[in-house]
Amino acid sequence: MEGQEGNFTVTLKKKPRYIIEDKCTGCGTCVEYCPVEYPDPFNQDISENKAVHVYFSQAIPLVSYIDQESCLYLKEDKCDICRGVCQADAIDFNQTTEKVDINVGAIILSCGIEPFDPSINGEYGYGKLQNVVTSMDYERLLSSTGPYEGQVLRASDKKHPEKIAWIQCVGSRRVTEGENSYCSGVCCTYTQKQVILTKDHYADTECTIFHNDIRSFGKDFERYFQRAEQLPGVQFIRSYVSIDRENPENKNVVIRYSTFDDGVKEEEFDMVVLSVGLNAPAEFREVADTFGIELNAHGFNKEIHDNPLGTNRPGIFVSGAFQGPTDIPESVFSASGAGAQCGELLDYRRGKLARERIYPPERDVSGEEPRIGVFVCHCGANISSVVNVPSAVEYALSLPNVVYAQEQLFSCATNSAQEITDLAREKGLNRVIIAACSPRTLEPLFRDTLREAGLNQYYCEMANIREHCSWVHAKQKDEATQKAKDIIRMSVARTSHLEPLQEFDLPVDKTALIVGGGIAGMTCALSIANQGHEVQLLEKDKDLGGMARRIPTTLEGMDVQTYLADLIRKVYKNPLIHISHEAEITNVSGYVGNFITTVKTEGLVKEIKHGVTVIATGADVYQPDEYLYGENDQVLTHLELGEQIAKGEERIVNAESLVMIQCVGCRNEDRNYCSRVCCSHAIKNALKLKKINPEMSISILFRDMRTYGLREDYYREAAEKDIKFIRYEPEDKPVVEAVQSGGKSVLRVSVPDPVLGKRLELDVDIISLAAAVVPSSTTNDIAGLFKVTLSPDGFFKEAHVKLKPVEFAADGVYLCGAAHYPKHIQETINQAYGAAGRALTLLSHETVTASGSVCEVKEDDCISCGACITACTYEAIEFVETAKGRKARVNPVLCKGDGLCNAKCPTNAIVLKHFTNEELMSQIDAAVVKEKIIQQIDAAV
Amino acid sequence: MCSGRVDLEFILKAFLNGEDGVLVGGCQLGECNYTTQGNFDALSTVRICKKIMEHIGLNPERLRIQFMSSSDGALLAETTDDFTREIKALGPLGKAEGLDLEALKLKLEAVRKLVPYIKLVERERLRVPVKSAEEYDKFFDSDDTNRLIDELINEKLSISEMMLLLNESPLSTGEISKILDLEPSEVAKHISDSSKQGLIKYDENGKCYVLA
Repeated sequence: MEGQEGNFTVTLKKKPRYIIEDKCTGCGTCVEYCPVEYPDPFNQDISENKAVHVYFSQAIPLVSYIDQESCLYLKEDKCDICRGVCQADAIDFNQTTEKVDINVGAIILSCGIEPFDPSINGEYGYGKLQNVVTSMDYERLLSSTGPYEGQVLRASDKKHPEKIAWIQCVGSRRVTEGENSYCSGVCCTYTQKQVILTKDHYADTECTIFHNDIRSFGKDFERYFQRAEQLPGVQFIRSYVSIDRENPENKNVVIRYSTFDDGVKEEEFDMVVLSVGLNAPAEFREVADTFGIELNAHGFNKEIHDNPLGTNRPGIFVSGAFQGPTDIPESVFSASGAGAQCGELLDYRRGKLARERIYPPERDVSGEEPRIGVFVCHCGANISSVVNVPSAVEYALSLPNVVYAQEQLFSCATNSAQEITDLAREKGLNRVIIAACSPRTLEPLFRDTLREAGLNQYYCEMANIREHCSWVHAKQKDEATQKAKDIIRMSVARTSHLEPLQEFDLPVDKTALIVGGGIAGMTCALSIANQGHEVQLLEKDKDLGGMARRIPTTLEGMDVQTYLADLIRKVYKNPLIHISHEAEITNVSGYVGNFITTVKTEGLVKEIKHGVTVIATGADVYQPDEYLYGENDQVLTHLELGEQIAKGEERIVNAESLVMIQCVGCRNEDRNYCSRVCCSHAIKNALKLKKINPEMSISILFRDMRTYGLREDYYREAAEKDIKFIRYEPEDKPVVEAVQSGGKSVLRVSVPDPVLGKRLELDVDIISLAAAVVPSSTTNDIAGLFKVTLSPDGFFKEAHVKLKPVEFAADGVYLCGAAHYPKHIQETINQAYGAAGRALTLLSHETVTASGSVCEVKEDDCISCGACITACTYEAIEFVETAKGRKARVNPVLCKGDGLCNAKCPTNAIVLKHFTNEELMSQIDAAVVKEKIIQQIDAAV
Repeated sequence: MCSGRVDLEFILKAFLNGEDGVLVGGCQLGECNYTTQGNFDALSTVRICKKIMEHIGLNPERLRIQFMSSSDGALLAETTDDFTREIKALGPLGKAEGLDLEALKLKLEAVRKLVPYIKLVERERLRVPVKSAEEYDKFFDSDDTNRLIDELINEKLSISEMMLLLNESPLSTGEISKILDLEPSEVAKHISDSSKQGLIKYDENGKCYVLA
């Protein structure tokens, strides 16, 4: 790599695939004929695949590659069967490694992680004992595209294991050579997922999980853990384990472990899953050298505190696990965040490379009878080797309204698409059916083909005779041909009823409204403003800053107040950001691209027009009513303790002894979630105090220490500095009383110690409580105003945990910071940039396109019962007063086209376009051949 | 389009067309990629339809719902095979149940006519508050729900059937009771209710009932 931000030249080495990507249609014929089998790397080498294959079933592009190591032609010049059978001429053995230079303005490093390899130290017998697998192996075993198509089978005898053990923290939280000192952060929850899926597969499986702390720190993770734990036959055992041997007769694996009650035990399991952690791949070093960036001691990007998405090199960003161990939602929003930072850098070039497609004008065919053209695809040999394609074509021609039909080798090939366009014009077709594959991949292409022919794109229909027919009936050719005809007949019936639909463009107001002026809101505001858009920033208090004002430093040592002051200064200085203090929202109307929000601010009422909304309202702190908080001034919260340490408060820093109690006000019946930040918060305060006053006796009473990720190193440091960690159970919480001892007022804390098996009593000067993070008091009001939903714990609910982690189901509304869930400052910054990135995808366009397949009410039939309104989770339907009374009306912009309302409407007054009752009923009717019905009736009489 | 778009009428239409079985496919419960979780609505529709099938003497096993994700190709194949086997074993629609095909058609038409009413009842009385497979099972397996469906739907169904019959030709109480296989006292009750609502009337000349 050469150059600098805004202008890098990157030289890529592109290894040969031996397949011409543009020609390969992903039909898989080559795979079928390839004689070489070799261990399938995607399935962890458990099963075999062919020397030529598609890497995995969802691969993009969906084309094959040839494995250089195992292909007979490439090795020994022996076989070229694939070249012979490929009807698309896509095999090219002459490909060589290419060097490609690309010119870019910014670079995002998102190189991911690799699972820890437990064969390195051989501790748990991985690689030696057949029935010991890693969690990654197990993940593949569970998968329907895995080695045994979703059957969990053990290696030794290919039988279902009935008793499975998981061992947690394999390769993580350990300082031994070759292992990682940090917590990988994802294993506790993925193990719980595997347990739940296992029980789904085989309800009788006994599942035992040997664990250290259970780190369910993510949103909804606590509930997920409970779900796994409460399944019958599932046991969580807190114990270190060892594996020394297997039972030679049945190859069962023997685990040795110990519990407080029973001491050391040995137990046999049919299969053992090692919950391996996440490693920074060795290639990170190479990547770092190439791009000139620094790594930390663990081999991840060296974090810049105020910008976890940045590197030491301007113009180069990181996302996902290059930041350190990360789960999927965080990878997704950090990716979006890195995109936003590139956007800030390259905004001046936005849209410069875009080209607009110009389509011919759409022909009005409303007055014409349906004239359907049917194109039946061979898909190489995928369809035609099973289905008799010429006979299907002939049959199609016999169907009503079909005026033209022909076969095609690959309908998706560029020349075939052109042929469809040309024939549609030549034959005067007004509807086209492609009898080929699933519409999932290629429907957009064929819709485009129709547009090129001057037809409305909703006149396109796909009849799936591959996935639904030839692929599943390879051995029943005659029946498959009959079924293909049935499918085509049903499509023809439906197609005759299709209507032209218009997608419409709505203008987008280019202003963003951001609710909340904490770190999340301000970071997001700056990023959006730096990409050239006006931002209206609302803060409910007099000052910006939010909760961060009360946090002096982070665990990692970032000076939060200096950072915050700088951030606030940047926000005030930015001419595009307009701040409303003491703001209260009184009304919100409109929808994506066109919101109008009314705000009361410092005695004024403002009406703000905006295209997007970002909710960044933060969170509050729980006010404890336990452990003498509020009654005795020696009892504080972690937040207060941190503030007092920063001030150098004598009675705190000179205290002889201090106890911290974790999980106060959460992980209980009232708040069934983990506040995520408190364990690190406790460690941070404890280390600070130890630094100031090394003599201070500090004990932390905890349930599970959840210093996930790289924070684990600080936990270890604390333990090394003689900070005591005492675990308690929620059923037997610590008890605090104020007593006089040795002539001074002390707090007496008693707590059962499971290790010592007795109750410990500690007389201390100060108690600090890990008070829960609770949803902001404004949450319910804001949710109501913007019509967004809340999670069971009262935080805002994202549209999808993984796919849309910073978006709401309501279009144009985004989410970041602690309003989503408690999180650390770096995580908040990541997510704030993520929300900015998503908001920009909308703001950077002049218009937003709404689908044509949405609902519409036939007002004459509407009886205003409201069934559709209650069925719609998008609040897309409202009552309006019309001349004929109150009627339901759909806002097509908000409708997502799921059609639930249709099935609820008693009078069929609401219609989902493109999936109308007529269209679907005609298909149902056409499923049965008329003659067959008549035969049945005759037989009945 | 979501599996929750599947209208009760679609299923009935398929049976009316003489299909021997209907399989509804939906995404895995609890794994909706949107906020709608409409597959639970599909589950409700199927459960209600099964009750009605039972009532009109059709084997409810002829209707099945299977939840699967887009990567569950093997499950789809397995389900389809299994369902096909089961339906083949059951035999042709109606015949296997010992039903007269014309009578069955009449019953199905009667249910179809009632779909708007069933939708209203579903909304008012048959909605399960918690979206979980267990809760849905609990609800639809409960005696209360069964009683409710009997009271709210099945009775209407007899009236609907009676109306369809009378639409064809005037009939006496005895004839109606014979065709619909109902106690004469029940028929009398339906007749009295329907007369009060002005739906049917007694034809003095023909000594039978006709549509009003």
